[in-house]
This record gives sequence, C-alpha cells and structure tokens, in this order.
Amino acid sequence: MSKTFTLDGKTVPFTDGQTIIQAAQAADVYIPHLCYHPEFKPHGSCKLCTVKVNGRQTASCTMRAAEGMVVESDIEELNAERRALTQMLFVEGNHFCPSCEKSGDCQLQATAYQLGMMTTHFDHFFPNRPLDASHEKFLLDFNRCILCSLCVRASRDVDGKNVFALAGRGIKTHLIVNAASGKLADTDFTAQDKAAHVCPVGVILPKRRGFAVPIGERTFDKQPISAYVDTRLPAKDH
Amino acid sequence: MDVSDMDHASYLNPILQKYRHQPTHLMQILREAQECAGYIHPTAVEYLAAALQIPRTKIEGVASFYSFFYLEPRGKYRVLFSDNITDRMLGNTALMKQMCNQLWVEPDKVSEDGLVSVGMTSCTGMCDQGPALLVNNIAITRIDARRVDEICDLIRGQVPLMAWPQEYFLIEDNIRRKDLLLSDGLEPGMALAAALIRGPEGMLGELKASNLRGRGGAGFTTAIKWESCRNAPGTAHYVVCNADEGEPGTFKDRVLLASYADKVFEGMTLCGYVIGAKKGMLYLRGEYRYLLDHLESVLARRRRQNLLGEGILGTAGFDFDIEIHLGAGAYICGEESALIESLEGKRGTPRNRPPFPVTNGYLDQPTVVNNVETFASTCHIAQRGGAWYAGIGTGKSAGTKILSVSGDCERPGIYEYPFGVSVTQVLADCGAHDVQAVQVSGPSGVTVAPHEFERIIAFEDIPTAGAFMVFDRARDMFEVARNFVHFFAHESCGFCTPCRVGTSLLRNLMDKLHNGHGSPYDFSEIEKLNQLLLSMSHCGLGHTACNPVLDTIAKFRPAYERRMLHKSFSPAFDLDWSLQAARQMTGRDDSDAHLGVEQQ
Repeated sequence: MSKTFTLDGKTVPFTDGQTIIQAAQAADVYIPHLCYHPEFKPHGSCKLCTVKVNGRQTASCTMRAAEGMVVESDIEELNAERRALTQMLFVEGNHFCPSCEKSGDCQLQATAYQLGMMTTHFDHFFPNRPLDASHEKFLLDFNRCILCSLCVRASRDVDGKNVFALAGRGIKTHLIVNAASGKLADTDFTAQDKAAHVCPVGVILPKRRGFAVPIGERTFDKQPISAYVDTRLPAKDH
Repeated sequence: MDVSDMDHASYLNPILQKYRHQPTHLMQILREAQECAGYIHPTAVEYLAAALQIPRTKIEGVASFYSFFYLEPRGKYRVLFSDNITDRMLGNTALMKQMCNQLWVEPDKVSEDGLVSVGMTSCTGMCDQGPALLVNNIAITRIDARRVDEICDLIRGQVPLMAWPQEYFLIEDNIRRKDLLLSDGLEPGMALAAALIRGPEGMLGELKASNLRGRGGAGFTTAIKWESCRNAPGTAHYVVCNADEGEPGTFKDRVLLASYADKVFEGMTLCGYVIGAKKGMLYLRGEYRYLLDHLESVLARRRRQNLLGEGILGTAGFDFDIEIHLGAGAYICGEESALIESLEGKRGTPRNRPPFPVTNGYLDQPTVVNNVETFASTCHIAQRGGAWYAGIGTGKSAGTKILSVSGDCERPGIYEYPFGVSVTQVLADCGAHDVQAVQVSGPSGVTVAPHEFERIIAFEDIPTAGAFMVFDRARDMFEVARNFVHFFAHESCGFCTPCRVGTSLLRNLMDKLHNGHGSPYDFSEIEKLNQLLLSMSHCGLGHTACNPVLDTIAKFRPAYERRMLHKSFSPAFDLDWSLQAARQMTGRDDSDAHLGVEQQ
C-alpha cells in the first residue's frame, strides 16, 4: 500500500523522499514551474511552483510529500500570484518574444500563456545587459535570463565544469561565465555540454540556426506547457 | 605602490596560510586580501582560485554579493555614509553632498585621481551617535559639517587612517539603563563553573525552566533548539553566534560585544558544553570591523584563563574554541541559514528549509545559531538557575531585553528592561516628546502609533530584536517607510523572484509617490505587491519587507493621501526628468532646457 496525499482533491501516491512536484508529475498533474527540472537538484527560487500545504504556502519543488497532506495548487488565488511572478520575470529582463529565436519553445512564454497572462502589467526595468557572441558556436543573450540557475547546475553537476555562476545581489543578480575575460569563448564550454541545452528561455542559443522550425509548429504551439512537461520525465513504472 | 604592479603572491600567500587554504574561509581571505590591496584585483582572483582549487566564478559570485567587497578599484579612501532613517534625520544627505563637493567626486564614483570614493551604505549600527560613516570599513561617528571638512583635508593630504584623530573612532556605549545583562558581578568563568557542577543535562534542564527565548527577533525557545541539536546525529556539532546585527536601528549587540564580550563567549561555551560541540563561530557584521582586535584579545585571554581550549576549567574532554568570522555588508546574513552559507564561504542565500540548522547547519552538521544577547543571557541562567530567571519579565517572556533607542529623543542609547515595559515608559525614560510614532524592531518590525503606546515590549505583544526608533510630529512617516523600502530593495539577496523583483517594484512605486505622480491606482498596486511578497517570498526578508508600508498606510494614511496628487493613473515616466542627463552633458539648466507643463 503506497502512501498518498491529496492534490486539488485528487489522491496522489508518492514514495519516501519524493517532493510534491515529483509526485504530481508522476501522476500527470501539472504544477507551473520554471527553475525546477526533473534531472537536477531543486533550486526553489522562481517560486512559481508554490502550493498550499495544509493551508500554508510553500514551494512544491523543495517540499517533500508526506502522508495525508492536503495540497492545493490549481486555484485562482495561487494562479493569480504565479501570473504576477511571471510578469515580474518579464519586466525584470528584456523579453521581446516576436524577435526571439526561442519563441514557441520558451518555457517563460509558454507558462505565461498557460497562466493567462495578457500583459506585463508592471513597469519595465529595461536593464542594460550586453550580449556575449564570443563563442564560435553559441550565443549568450543575457537579456532573457530569469536566473533559474539550470545552466549553473547542469555545468557543475553534470558537465563537471562550472562554466556558469550567479553573481551580484538583489535586482543586480546576473549570470557570469568562468573566464578572466568574462567571455564564453574563453571558457571550456562546448556544444556537447548539458548546460548548452537546459536553458528554459533564450539565453544560451546555438549560432547559425535560426527559425529552423517555423513559428506555429514549435513545441508550445502544438500543446500547452501543462501537457508538455511529462515528456521530459524519465520513463515511468520502474 | 600601484596595485597593478603588486606581487599578489607576496600578500596572498600569508593569508592563504593563515586560513590553511580552506575555501570555507573565503570571506576572511577576500577581506584580508582587500585590506592589503584596496580591492580584489583580477590577478588575485586568479591566484586564489588556483590556490583554493575553486572556480573563479565562485570568488566573483561571493565578492559581488557583499557590499564591502570590490572587484574594481574604489579609491585609497572609501567613504560610506550610513543611510538609516536616523542618519537621514541627522542630516547625512547634506553632509555627503558637502563631502562630494569638496572632494570633487560624484556619489558612488571613484575620483579621477583614484584617491577616494563616497557613497551610502545601510545602517552601520551607530544610530545613537550618528550621523555615522565608514572609512575603509572603520566606523566614525558624530559627523557634522566641521568633521566633514577635516576628513576632506585628511583625505586630500593622504594622511593614513591610523594617523587620523583618535576621537573620530571613539564609539560610546551610551548605556542609560542597566538591568540583569548590563550589570556587573558575573566574573569570567563563573557561569561555566556553575554549569560544570550541573552537568550538560542539568544545564539544559535549567535552560528549559528559564523559558528563555531567542533575542534575535523570532523568539524560538532556546532550550528546544539546544536539545534538538544535542540529540541530532552528526560527525561534529557547532555553535554559531549571530552578531550580524543588521536590522536598521539596532546596536545593542555592538555594546554587548564591546563591553560584555566575556558573557557572550561564555554563553557560547556553555552551549558547546550542552550540545557537545568543539567549535564555535562568532559571525560579526562587517560594519563592526573595529571590534575585531578587541574580541580577538578577549578570546586570547580566555584561552590563557583555561575558559577556552582543551580541558576547560580542568574538565577532561571539555574542549571548545571560538573563531570570529567577519561579514562584509549583507543584511540577509542575519537570517540563520544565509549566515551559515556565508560562514562556509558562499553567497549569503537563505537555504531551503526544512531541514533546519539544528540538524543540518554548518557543513551540514547539527548547529545552534543564537543571537548575541541570547548567549549572554544563558550565563545568568547557569549561575542562578532557570526558575529564578523565569520569574523576571512577564509570564510568556522571561528575562530582560536590551533596547537600542534612537531618533527624536534627548537620551538615545542602550536601555535594558525586564520584558513587559510599556512603550510609554521607554519614551519617558529616553526623553521623547511630541511623539508621532515608534518603529519597534526596525524596518521588519512594527510601526507603533500613539494610541498604542500602552502596549508592552514582550513576545506576546510587541516582540523585538531591539531597535526602538522614535519619530516626533515633525517627521513624515511616508518618508520613513520609503527609506525602509529602499533598504529592503538594496538588501534583497536576489534568490527568489518575488523578493528580488518585488522589493524593487515597491521601491519604484514609493519613489513614484514621492515624485508627485501618485494616484489611488498606485496605492492598490502597493497593497497587491505587499500581499505577494508576504505569501510568495523565500525567507523573512521578503515576508517583512512590506511591514513598514502596510503599517504606515494603516496608521498614517494622511501621509500617503497627501501624495495622491492625481485622481486617476499617472505614469511614473517623467520626460523632463529624463532629460537630466542631456542637461548635465550640455551644462545647461535654463528654462529652454526644460519641458514646460504646457509642452508635456
């Protein structure tokens, strides 16, 4: 008899050590998220996956599931707050979807659609974030960075390289690369790195490949992000 | 010698040796490297990365997180004015302007000759003797126009800081009311001797009976913390004293460390005895750098007295020693898990909790983190017993509380009372008149209005970490809240979205009201942001960042309504203001260089 908790009224089984979002995804229930990725240690920073556990709000990517928990997720109160967080991420950086190569494959954009975000609402910060086009094969467009740290984790934990890191504090927090010059070309980054392929937005992009898949036929053009997430998960039933 | 020509190995090697090439000591290594070279030179970053076998991004990530680390030259003299609201009330803004004008330097920029930079920093904990500033991280108090003139002369004359008039560096205790903690009569070692007779379990029992609760603000029961840590399995246990007294308006830990350091260290040693720790660490805020030598000398004396080290007071197996870790300007490190990260040589980002430090703290081992005042209090419990201690104060708040009183009053300074003292009583004692409000426990605390002055300082009514800032009727409570909001935006660690972006949005909205573009729309926006910060933030900083605004809106609404100049939405964007840079570049400020009202 496996242990269970309830998520929006639905009974969800879990195994010891599983977080709420892991158990939810295994049960085909979508909880919005950006910095969470099933292959990496949870970070808990974007706060989109916040749920109510027995009435108290907490990030579902870091909270372990426990027997009998009553979890609420898909409720308007939380979705309104998630929408506001998504809007914050949009105004914090410079996100111009129509000209972005990642449009249609971008998790920030898809999450905004999922949450019914119609405008950015808040005043834009319009930060000045220079591009890094130094690398032969990859481009870094920091304008779109949402500080999820997935590339940091991938480079450190999978590639064993520490190519990326977060620097600065507060609203000045930003992504840096591991080189005295501060340029990607001077790091040991390669196209084969896991870190080259985990960016949920359009920061880390391969060069010389533009709009290979036309707009309208991209990942989230075909299905909402709530349906997509499961395909990233490791195979079930093992 | 120019830093660029320096042989970085020559000053870095002794530092690396002193800290045994341990990356956990990165903060101390960077601080000492900077004290040698004036800033953390790129070559030094490279050298340290290789020597410590850590990526350079880690060094850059850490150095750029803390306000007092510089990866670029900041001048031979680095002046930072304290910018708490109490400093503002004492005229720090005009004094900084005076200094900038005299030294021909723009705020936050380095002078062209590389000699000096002048800027603002968060509260430096000198509110009872402000306005205050830091020069190369050393505190100077009681700044006035004359002192600014003198300092400018000293800087221009390139007089070494060591040779500046000694009275500049005089920091007063200003103790106005003594009770238990600030009384004399507890000699070093007495509390330890008493605890040794009781044994660890006996001492823990007294602590339980005392009902002592943490003095850092949250008020967690100390005995439960110590017991949980004692019972938690681990390869080592640690004692950490949180002396990162960053809450604006708080300075009681400074006085405890300056004049009662033995009690603090003895309390830490007691904790080590109870939980079975061999190592304690005092995390001292960077603003209190001037206390470091004094504290090291107290530690050295205590080692000679056999109150630290091996076999304390002749008890075989009771080994305990204390290290001091200096912070580098980050309020967030007052949060216990961020503090532990910082102790480990990392960015001060609060951890995901649970697990809590009592089971997974420093180096993932069981760790007690307590406030300076909490540790000092345990000495009295060891000596005189828990039941006696529980009889002081109120039923739910045992013992005494030290208040740091500042702002509009005749006698700012340190006041120690048994818990249960009313706001009215404190105001009478410190000589405050015509009071409009008191900010208790700093920006993250509560704004108390006159109709509430009979409320008491106690966990069951107004809990506090110690700050008590008084505002008379001449003060604008909106500006008080705006100062606090700027503080939180500056100190947000940037880890979680709601706090990183939300505190800046809140700051912008408060500035919008300040700049005369406020409307009821902004009012509701502020309230919505407050709610979001409260419910979504990762840690207490975000949760409490809205307190000053919510409180002042509720209690001093006219101060906000005065700023509702527009009936409907007005944009924050101001075209005329945006032309400022162009005016500055062209050296013009005539009427044609401004947009008239009709042109807008």
